[in-house]
Amino acid sequence: MTEIAVSVLVVVGALFTFIGSLGLARLKDFYTRLHGPTKATTLGVGALLVASVIHFSSGEDMPSLHELLVTLFLFITAPVSALMLAKAALHLRVRSAASLLSGTDDDADAGEQSG
Amino acid sequence: MLSIALIIAITLVCAALLLSLLRLLIGPDEPDRVLALDTLYINTIALLVLLGILLDSDLYFEAALLIAMMGFVGTVALCKYLLRGDIIE
Amino acid sequence: MTGRVLPHPLLTVALAAIWLLLVNSFTLGQGLLGLLLGWLIPFFTQRFWPERVRIARPWWLFFFLLKVLWDILVANVTVAALILAGPRAMRPAFVSVPLDLRTDLAIGILANTISLTPGTLSAQLSPDRRSLIVHGLRVEDPELLASEIKARYERPLIQIFEPPC
Repeated sequence: MTEIAVSVLVVVGALFTFIGSLGLARLKDFYTRLHGPTKATTLGVGALLVASVIHFSSGEDMPSLHELLVTLFLFITAPVSALMLAKAALHLRVRSAASLLSGTDDDADAGEQSG
Repeated sequence: MLSIALIIAITLVCAALLLSLLRLLIGPDEPDRVLALDTLYINTIALLVLLGILLDSDLYFEAALLIAMMGFVGTVALCKYLLRGDIIE
Repeated sequence: MTGRVLPHPLLTVALAAIWLLLVNSFTLGQGLLGLLLGWLIPFFTQRFWPERVRIARPWWLFFFLLKVLWDILVANVTVAALILAGPRAMRPAFVSVPLDLRTDLAIGILANTISLTPGTLSAQLSPDRRSLIVHGLRVEDPELLASEIKARYERPLIQIFEPPC
């Protein structure tokens, strides 16, 4: 039973990781490429880590939950690095398929505390 | 059954690594390359976790945690460099 | 008051939980050691945490997290389908979302939530902290997207962190 669950989670997680990187390689401009790694890859790795929790917890009397720490850490840091990258790209005026709003390129130090 | 699933998963993650490497090489802008590096380290964590399940070893967890922390710090430092032109003022 | 001896009770509990996960053994001794570390670390790093976090309605935060988690799952299927459909299926746009939130923590949580949920990514906070620039992967109507974000995520956060007294 746990073997089936682990197998399904492992394949689904790896599939999402792959789709994230596919988005990175395939999409046309930087801002759309940013979506793939931040969402799909994070969830994919999260699913793999949950699979790891189930795998190492089955048959033991004490659950092995420390993989959750990596999951939590990734879910907190992925949006922060995406925000930083988007800010850097707006600052460098990277070409975008969507029209930029006015006032998007201001001083880099503005809004520093928000992360 | 689990071993077949693991082989499929490792193949997929390796393909993801190659796609990220492709983006790292062709760019075209600096943020693209930083984003590719960011994706590469997250893919590496995925590969390490899969290896841990395959070899039934708990040891890879520490490496995965350390890569997650160092990778994040690296991405933020590179973004700061892109925003300001230097890291330490 | 607990102000000086125990500067950040929430941080103490969080650090103890992280310690338990890190050593991966859930015994009484490790729990006590975790609480000790959770007390000592905020105590010696007080200067880095000038503001004390206030959560007016902890239960609402819990339900909010459940909702966000569900949205993340739905979002990923949507984004995966969009990526597989290719660049032609997308209609990317930047949208400016006016903010009613004022505290740093609440704005940070809102920005992270937007980044993790359906086809949107927070790109930049305006210098006066009054609006957040959001990049959407498939935007049919910018106004609708902004009002959706405000209704779905900002309103609960206002209730949790800045309740109107």
